[in-house]
Amino acid sequence: MPATIVQSNDTPFSRVDVDPITLDIVENALRNARAEMDAVLFRTAMSPGIREQHDAFPMIANQEGKMVVGQFGSFLYGFIQGYEGTIEDGDVFLTNDPYSVGGAVSHLNDWLIMMPIFHDGRLVSWAAMFGHMTDVGGKVPGSLPTDAKMIYEEGTIVPPTKIYRKGALQHEILNILLANCRMPEWNKSDFFAIIAGCRLAERRVRENIARFGADTYISAMWDMLDRNKLAMGAIIQMIVPDGADGTKATFHDWIDDDGMGNGPYKIACSLHREGDVAIFDFSDSDPQSLSSINFLLNEEMFKMFFGAFTINLVDPQILFNDGFYDLVEVRIPEGCILKPKKPAALSCRTHMLGRIFDLMGGLLGQGAPDALNAAGFSDSPHFMYSGFGRDGEWYQLFQIGFGGVPGRPAGDGPDGHSMWPAFTNVPNEFLEAYFPLRIRTYATIPDSGGAGKHRGGNGITIAYELLEKGEISIHDDRWLTYPWGVNGGQPGMRSTKRLVRKDGTEENIPSKCDRIAVEPGDVLHFNTWGGGGWGDPLERDPETVLLDVKRGLVTVNGARRYGVMIRDGRVDVSATDELRKEIARDRGPDLPLFDRGFDSLDEIKARAKRETGFEPPADPVFHRFMRAAE
Amino acid sequence: MGSTEDLIRRYEDRLAAFEARLKQLESGGPAPAPAAAPAARQSGRGLRLGVDVGGTFTDLLLLDPARGRTFTAKVPSTPDDSSRGVLNGIEKICGTAGIDPADISEVMHGTTVATNTVLTSSGALVGLVTTKGYRDTLQIARSYVPGGLGGWVIWNKSPNLAPLELTVEAHERMAADGSVVEPLDERQVRGELERLLSSGIEALTVALFNSYVNDAHERRIAEIAREIAPDIPVSTSASVMPEMYEYERTETTVVNSYVRPVVSKYVRNLEGELSSRMGDVNLQILRSDGGLSTAKGAMDQPVNLLMSGPAGGVAGALWIAQQAKFANLLTFDMGGTSTDVALIEKGVARTRRETRVGDVTVRAPSIDVRTVGAGGGSIAYVPELTKALRVGPQSAGAAPGPAAYMKGGEAPTVTDANVVLGYLPSGAKLGGDMEISRDLAVKAVQTIAEPLGKSVEDAAEGIVAIVNENMCGALRLVSVEQGYDPRDFALIGFGGAGPLHANALARLVGAWPAIVPPGPGVLCAYGDATTRLRDEASQTFVRHVADTSDDEVRTSLDALEAEASRGLGGGETETLYQIDIRYRGQGMKLTVDMTPEDFRREGLAGVAARFDAEHEQLFTFALDAPHELVGLRAVVQGARRDFIDTEGAAGGKSTMAARIDKSHRIYAGGQWHNAPIYDRGKLAPGNEIAGPAVVTEMDSTTLILPDHVAEVDRVGNLLIWPKGHERRKGDR
Repeated sequence: MPATIVQSNDTPFSRVDVDPITLDIVENALRNARAEMDAVLFRTAMSPGIREQHDAFPMIANQEGKMVVGQFGSFLYGFIQGYEGTIEDGDVFLTNDPYSVGGAVSHLNDWLIMMPIFHDGRLVSWAAMFGHMTDVGGKVPGSLPTDAKMIYEEGTIVPPTKIYRKGALQHEILNILLANCRMPEWNKSDFFAIIAGCRLAERRVRENIARFGADTYISAMWDMLDRNKLAMGAIIQMIVPDGADGTKATFHDWIDDDGMGNGPYKIACSLHREGDVAIFDFSDSDPQSLSSINFLLNEEMFKMFFGAFTINLVDPQILFNDGFYDLVEVRIPEGCILKPKKPAALSCRTHMLGRIFDLMGGLLGQGAPDALNAAGFSDSPHFMYSGFGRDGEWYQLFQIGFGGVPGRPAGDGPDGHSMWPAFTNVPNEFLEAYFPLRIRTYATIPDSGGAGKHRGGNGITIAYELLEKGEISIHDDRWLTYPWGVNGGQPGMRSTKRLVRKDGTEENIPSKCDRIAVEPGDVLHFNTWGGGGWGDPLERDPETVLLDVKRGLVTVNGARRYGVMIRDGRVDVSATDELRKEIARDRGPDLPLFDRGFDSLDEIKARAKRETGFEPPADPVFHRFMRAAE
Repeated sequence: MGSTEDLIRRYEDRLAAFEARLKQLESGGPAPAPAAAPAARQSGRGLRLGVDVGGTFTDLLLLDPARGRTFTAKVPSTPDDSSRGVLNGIEKICGTAGIDPADISEVMHGTTVATNTVLTSSGALVGLVTTKGYRDTLQIARSYVPGGLGGWVIWNKSPNLAPLELTVEAHERMAADGSVVEPLDERQVRGELERLLSSGIEALTVALFNSYVNDAHERRIAEIAREIAPDIPVSTSASVMPEMYEYERTETTVVNSYVRPVVSKYVRNLEGELSSRMGDVNLQILRSDGGLSTAKGAMDQPVNLLMSGPAGGVAGALWIAQQAKFANLLTFDMGGTSTDVALIEKGVARTRRETRVGDVTVRAPSIDVRTVGAGGGSIAYVPELTKALRVGPQSAGAAPGPAAYMKGGEAPTVTDANVVLGYLPSGAKLGGDMEISRDLAVKAVQTIAEPLGKSVEDAAEGIVAIVNENMCGALRLVSVEQGYDPRDFALIGFGGAGPLHANALARLVGAWPAIVPPGPGVLCAYGDATTRLRDEASQTFVRHVADTSDDEVRTSLDALEAEASRGLGGGETETLYQIDIRYRGQGMKLTVDMTPEDFRREGLAGVAARFDAEHEQLFTFALDAPHELVGLRAVVQGARRDFIDTEGAAGGKSTMAARIDKSHRIYAGGQWHNAPIYDRGKLAPGNEIAGPAVVTEMDSTTLILPDHVAEVDRVGNLLIWPKGHERRKGDR
């Protein structure tokens, strides 16, 4: 039963004609409002995750809950359908429960605020924003336990709850939540910062209504939704294969392991069109895992990913919204790793979330190889460090890593950058001033970007010298499979971690691990992966390769992958010609569309130990009970 | 009454209470409004010259304080060597005024030479020294990719201003508390420097990790570099920006090095040419933050000049504000390709700790000028699929320019829309001798009227409405987003196109009156001539308020004040303390401004209280969390310039004498109106013009919309009000 919306004024809105110019003005006003929501949040939040890295996302929706401006599409419609209670003026909802909102937030760390906006007694819009809390309780600092088997181990679950009731903050509820977090001051400040952002949206919406009238404002939002539908309808016709003759595009990729010795786990998707509707089908993906790498993929959010990557083709200035949702169908079977059954653990979904983007790139790009990008830094790997310092104070750091953007038709991939919108790194001087560590090296890794006509971006090496006794946790991926290259480009380099103890002993650290004890003076080398290359590396200008070498981005030896011989700081032209001919001869005339760097999972597993120092993960065994709930 | 309304009312009450308290503080303390003091040290006859070099014209303003006279001149700019244009202008203005150049004792100059060096990528080849392990600081930057979801698909990073192949690492390391972790290996760094300094670089930057707490190694490396290559200028990061955040500090210092040779040469040449014509003349350069710098200061730290041009406009607006007695102003400077807006509160322009030029962002203080890519040349288009009307950011630029200019442009621009609507009469002359063709403007606008299914007039009105909305977004950034209500401000429009749009913008944001100053095209030169010397010194000071004391902070601030005063060469000064503070754990900081007297009286408790109040104003909540200081700064200004009263002879209300075309028509609100054209030169104080009307002068055209009235104030400004609106007589 859907929620009961309590309005003191039940006059329905009537749809009026909005002239195109007023429409554009409302669109700009809402665009500005969203930017202001971000600005307020980043300035007032306390946790480095939100404030420096910008792990938070705002949205404004119409009165039905359809996103009109924002990033990840609306979950409000689902919430309104599923919430058993009233929605009243002055209410503000808080939730972090992925299972209550169909994956709108995908782990407990994301606190989602939903604020209905009333005007003159009527519900006129919604503002919503979620942000990643550094800690929400649970079994490990940071609340992201790799080895969790159930969501109950990952922190305090908050089903959709009125945290403000008719304008009054429910202090007791907030206190319960804060009492279960390791960094309550951060949660509190971040919470109020998100509220402040939503309040700002509320003011803007009400100003718009004052300016244009309620019917015009509401109708303008409907028009904006229609405008998106029109544009996306045309795009779908252009790039999605008609399935009438059985044609489907398919693609698959993996995440390497589940942190408990099993893997890789496959995600696969096919794409075809039935009439106006594009159908994404994930049926061939693996079932859910026993660890916390599952990703509850919200279908609406996936539609948004699809739209955002393609709408730029026709109108880069458009405000992207939910309007085209009827034109896309997303099929994910229950019990799949992308739609796990409660109470499956979800906290470490970051790898799967990132890999979806590689998957979609490969899937959509097959129809248009010229527009195809290689695989890039499709993850937001975590580094966590916590403990009690010598002064007796608790310290807790949560940091996101950055790596290589892939080679693209547009050019080389930037080195050590983010593929996730709005994210930035945390300045090392800031970290050293506030946490007991010293960052000895913060540099790009030469040759880690895949060779190509357009080079993949390099990964980053960070050397953390740890200055207090404590524990570190790492959540990373692509230590086994490679970020693939395209159109003849080569794969990028894998990720690695190495811990050098103060006494000089060294060990490789697995890609996913929790609570490794460290002592003052230990140094962790955290090396992220590079982006895949785009296009034939033999077509890259040797002088450009030479410049990369002079810049320390490619080594003299690495230049050979481009068939370029460098001697005494110069390109050896004749040796380069010779090497390029030899490579061209050996590899044959046909370059693969995708170069994954291995032939089969068996083949890459066979060389895992030799190349990485780690035993290959065991093939996942999917137990009956994982499907039993179906 | 819904509870949301209650919340908002409570919020607004708090805001009002806060503002009331601020006003009280203001009137209690001496604040930045000191008694006027006679200008110190003047040679010659004490004439002051303001010079603004723009892309097309060089504007000059000569002030003769003794006789209360002003003269203006406009000459073409000479982009290859802008000092030539300046000298031409000086010759012209001295001729007009009938004075000897030697009578000029001070030249104040706003320059875009640093800005253009960055925008045209024509700066020096810069070498960089970093700490071991940090050579990629500029390459990685903050890892940020603009453009939202999928933005990485099309984004390419612009090249580092200090190339990686000219970056070397020094073996050394400071800790976050300033202690030495690893001493400087002088032999190693000397070897690297010898190679680097002989590789053809034209400037060197030394930017070491944690140098903001201890820059001993930076200074030593600079010494060694000067020993090896005395002619190559060295910039060290802690001297340019002694603040935390290694990327921002490195980038800022590299930009300083990048523009330094060009700026130094320009300033040195200009100074030489000026003194050969005028003898002992005092050249001062306008800085991004609206203060004046000595010529030497400008040559050492040119990174502070990146917004020198726009700062001149804001300084000019401040001068007008003083004259017209409006203390709270939104400034609106609309040119051909972009529009600059800023906010002036109680006679002081709001500044920020960051300057942006093109892709380059540096941590140098500047007037908080926001720029949007919307100007007279912005092109309107209709994407085929969405049928939306978009304006800009593409611009027709100077060539081919708007269609109406008859220089080959065909795309419909904002200027063309203004011509179609009659706002820019086709008989009007622009600054040069450019003719305007309404026929070509109509033809261009027609190309978007068709897909929109509208008449050419309605399409043109649409273009103007959209561009106004874009500029309104910029005004919101400097006002609403900072917690100010634009309705408490007047709006001043200048620049080539500002007077055409000022009335409409004022209506959009509710800022009255809309002020159009006399000679809106030379306002920057007014600003240059009337601004004050200013310097500042700052330090990072990260400390919990509970862990420090009023005495410790005051001692640091006193030292900073002494340092900042040194550059001003004595004379009467006034000081403002700025204390950066936040809740412990927050990333942002707010700056609390206090006079030394306030600080002595209230101490850190007063700082914290002011912070809480401002936090609540900006963000609707305050916390009971502990406070943390982040940085301290002392800003020292020279004595305020005395202003010349240019009050004109009063006229009556009648404007018959100034009317030059009574049958002109404009299109507004979906219909044609009769709108006479007036000659601004013939208007006198006290005159009133009922809208709709158009007022033309040498280099600019003002539009007065239907249902609005313009009055000419006692100093010649046009003040535009809604008909029947209560007219405030200034608020200072």
